Amino acid sequence: MPPPDFNEANFLEGRRRKSASSSFRPIVFFLVPLFSVLLDIFLPRFVEPTRTLEFPLLITIYFSLMKRQPLAGIIIGAVIGLMQDSLSQQPLGMFGIVKTLVGFFAASVSLRFDVNNPALRFMLCAFFFLFHQFLYWVMVRALLGQIINVNGFDELARALLNSALALPLFLLLDKMRDKEA
Amino acid sequence: MDGLLGRYRNLSVLVIVIMAQLVLLAVQVKNNQDVRLIRVWAVTAITPLARVLEGIRANTFGLAGEYWDLLEVRSRNQSMKSDLDRLKLENQYLKAELATAKRIEAMAGFVQRSPNKTIGARIIGTGAGMNSKVVFIDRGSTAGVLKGMAVITPDGIVGKVTASYPTGSQVMLITDPTFACGVLSDKSRIHGTARGQGNNQILIDYIQNEQTVLVGEIFYTSGDDRIFPKGLPVGPVRVARQGKLFKEIYVSPAAFDRGLEEVLVVLEGVHLPIPDLASQSSSSAEAKLMPPPEADAAAAPVDASPRPASGQGFATDADRLLQRYRSLGEQQGVSYGNGGRLPNFNAPAVPRTSAPKASAVAPSPNITPPSTPRAPNP
Repeated sequence: MPPPDFNEANFLEGRRRKSASSSFRPIVFFLVPLFSVLLDIFLPRFVEPTRTLEFPLLITIYFSLMKRQPLAGIIIGAVIGLMQDSLSQQPLGMFGIVKTLVGFFAASVSLRFDVNNPALRFMLCAFFFLFHQFLYWVMVRALLGQIINVNGFDELARALLNSALALPLFLLLDKMRDKEA
Repeated sequence: MDGLLGRYRNLSVLVIVIMAQLVLLAVQVKNNQDVRLIRVWAVTAITPLARVLEGIRANTFGLAGEYWDLLEVRSRNQSMKSDLDRLKLENQYLKAELATAKRIEAMAGFVQRSPNKTIGARIIGTGAGMNSKVVFIDRGSTAGVLKGMAVITPDGIVGKVTASYPTGSQVMLITDPTFACGVLSDKSRIHGTARGQGNNQILIDYIQNEQTVLVGEIFYTSGDDRIFPKGLPVGPVRVARQGKLFKEIYVSPAAFDRGLEEVLVVLEGVHLPIPDLASQSSSSAEAKLMPPPEADAAAAPVDASPRPASGQGFATDADRLLQRYRSLGEQQGVSYGNGGRLPNFNAPAVPRTSAPKASAVAPSPNITPPSTPRAPNP
């Protein structure tokens, strides 16, 4: 296997890819989050195990990572979270706050890593899934005074499962990118 | 202040958004009221998409489900078709078995009622050739079946055994052109000869045109042929018309109406067989001919031939008259019938005390003369 070529062009290309921000068509920004929330409420009707999947969270992570703008991540997370809250029986804001934080941190992290790397995507998805679940558990317990039984191994398995799903889903969404700014 | 917000713009927006949602949450929790507007927006945005998705799902998954159902229906249909074929075969087999059982039951009843000694046989094949009118049965000489025996069913006569082998026999059907047997009609008591025509009809021959035979009249065996016992049905008359010399009467064989599978071979008829010394000495395996049947009172032919010496049975008035003249001649010392002096026929006959008296009484033709050796049972 030949050694990697560390010339100046490759180094600049790497920096450019690291700092590039993906842009999407507005329709994609509108429909994909909507579709993710729809799948979240639609699929479990027919396939009960899909209740484990957290499509809105994966879409939040993807757009936050690809936009590389914390402000965009905040807005994306807040909108998707509030939409998810709207279709649930709990007060508005629970998922909104959690996903706002996820969007912000995902966008912040994306500034320092090459988010096109599948392995990194997998690890980030697993991390943010666990972060999302933990934060949600804390908020439900602190703000609503409710207790949710959480099993660490189950949550870890769900994190790995969602991360595994995120890889092909992100590749699919990559096809919808317009260009790199 | 503006510079601070500008420097920490992302963080500031985050805090503002979080705080706004916390306030929203607090309002909802404190007032126990829902913020309906946001939910309306969300539901309004989601519902059309959900309707489209549901439509796609219903069409695609529903179609796929119906396709799978169709596949299942097809496989089930094939399975049911094979079951139906199997049940049809079973049904046909059971129907055949039932028909066989009914035939055998009828045959068993016939055998019990009939005075003939018979043995059941199954037809196992037909003779070679397109126009063959012979069949093979599974009973042969080891079962007592001999050449010349009659083959019948409860419905009527079938034919006669033309060859007997150890394990089977060949039977000539009554439809064979060379077959013939004596018959008698049930109403007009007309005698005739049934002859095979090579088809499904039998010609009743030698019946005068002046005699009346009606369609539907049934012909029975007359026993004249000494093969078939008298009284077995041959078949009903289908056609009866005037012919050149004799009437043309066609009868459909009654035994063939329901097909031929099981038959009865008449081993021993109601009459004892007439001994045939010549055939016995030649050791040929042939059935002994039965004695002539009981004479029909209406149409019995007069046998004018002289009977043998005394001790034999007399069948006609001429025999009785001859015997009377002989006895008169003996009483008067004249030998009657030798061309000499005639006896006085008006003289009263002296009754004899012993055997001659008994011989004067005409015995029944059914009684076989004692000198006749009894044929061994096959």
